[in-house]
Amino acid sequence: MPEVDLAVTPLRELNAALHKLKPDTNETSWRVLNPRGQHAIAAGLDAPILVTVEGHAGYYCAGMNKQATVVINGNAGQGVAENMMSGQVHVKGDASQAAGATGCGGLLVIDGNASARCGISMKGIDIVVKGSVGHLSAFMAQAGNLVVLGDAGEALGDSIYEARLYVRGSVKSLGADCIEKEMRDEHKAELRRLLDAAGVDGAADVSEFRRYGSARKLYHFHIDNAGSY
Amino acid sequence: MCGIAGLFLKDKSLEPQLGALLATMLSPLSDRGPDSAGFAVYGADMPGAVKLTLRLPAGSDSGALLARLEKAGATPLKHAIHDTHVVVTLAAGDEKAARAEIAKDQNVSLVGAGRRMELYKEVGRPDSVAQRFGLAQMAGTHAIGHTRMATESAVTTNGAHPFTTGPDQCLVHNGSLSNHNAVRRELIREGLTFATENDSEVAAGYMTWKLRQGASLAEAMESALDALDGFYTFVIGTESGFGVLRDPIACKPAVMAETDRFVAFGTEFRALVDLPGIDGAKVWEPEPARVYFWERA
Repeated sequence: MPEVDLAVTPLRELNAALHKLKPDTNETSWRVLNPRGQHAIAAGLDAPILVTVEGHAGYYCAGMNKQATVVINGNAGQGVAENMMSGQVHVKGDASQAAGATGCGGLLVIDGNASARCGISMKGIDIVVKGSVGHLSAFMAQAGNLVVLGDAGEALGDSIYEARLYVRGSVKSLGADCIEKEMRDEHKAELRRLLDAAGVDGAADVSEFRRYGSARKLYHFHIDNAGSY
Repeated sequence: MCGIAGLFLKDKSLEPQLGALLATMLSPLSDRGPDSAGFAVYGADMPGAVKLTLRLPAGSDSGALLARLEKAGATPLKHAIHDTHVVVTLAAGDEKAARAEIAKDQNVSLVGAGRRMELYKEVGRPDSVAQRFGLAQMAGTHAIGHTRMATESAVTTNGAHPFTTGPDQCLVHNGSLSNHNAVRRELIREGLTFATENDSEVAAGYMTWKLRQGASLAEAMESALDALDGFYTFVIGTESGFGVLRDPIACKPAVMAETDRFVAFGTEFRALVDLPGIDGAKVWEPEPARVYFWERA
């Protein structure tokens, strides 16, 4: 198992080595020591490997991820797993702002809290936050699922498109055009699948969650609003 | 951009290392603020005395200034030269005479005043600014520092942070205020004066004005949430501790760490990695629009 100590090895060397891996590589498990809050650790991966970061990561950790599983044994800075395409990113601590921003696919699991703008402009990623999320989470969220086991801050789902939001705790306020929606069986099944994938198991009952989504009044042109443009 | 570092020591045995620890925090923040740097260090006080931090033009003789102060009836009890700055300790009763004498000389700037606060700032890379002032040798209970990337006004020493807001008080800012011109005009009408066109100086002036009206520091910080528009993370140093305030939108990053030995603030976690015992520290992001405060008992 390759082990890279970022106190000794420059970060660019680590990322270059990870980028060079072929899809059939035998070096499938990497350990990164002493991340010391550096930015863009394990960003841009495109191979079915596991990378474990032992400590707190800086900005954009595991950004643009494809196929890989990245586990952060600590907190993550801004934009963790931003623009993820596939694979899985697991933050064992808290995540800073804009976690999973613009993500197109894959699964982001945050064991702690995520701060403001979690899942901003998400485009197909699934995000499960075991703690709470800050204000303006799922802002302009287009597709994918955001699951929050704790509470959501102000203006959840502002200007949301077709993403689905599931919150177990309280929601401080809903953003423009975001409304509570009925939890039908299909949603309960989807939520169960996401909770299982995130390793929540029986600890959370899907009936405890409420679903939020778009009222679809904002993103279609409406002649009555012509004066606003 | 800009970077902020704040360190509040709980463990007295760390006090001799305060400056050295702050220097390790400022260095990685050079990436966020390469054009100037500054810091306030809360060191030892002398009963009945006040410390004035003065800035002189590079290469000028502080001896002549000290002699003039003595002649004006404000005899320095002691002084310490740190590059372009000199910290003069005076009997508290002599402060007025000293300020009057200093005001006569346009080459000398009063950077800060207080019983414990010493305030240093200059243009240049943060590492070299810290080295020129000898930060690593400074001791104290708490300190705040700033690395600047100018956006709203020129790169000058006066535009560097911290800005003083009153005796033993100073403010550093990461962000940019959008209504600083309007607030500055209002504060000028209230009798405040400003040395620069800088937005952060307006924030400092606003705090000074609120405190002068009798607000507590926490109240002044709360009211800043309504009065100041724009992006900001403020760290405000006082004689007994420091406070943290982020704007409600919270575009500017911030991270805090706490152990039994210290509380630290950094714009990024990179600023905190060399603090003793950081691996076991509680690390979290301060919430937007919430006033945080750490003070000595």
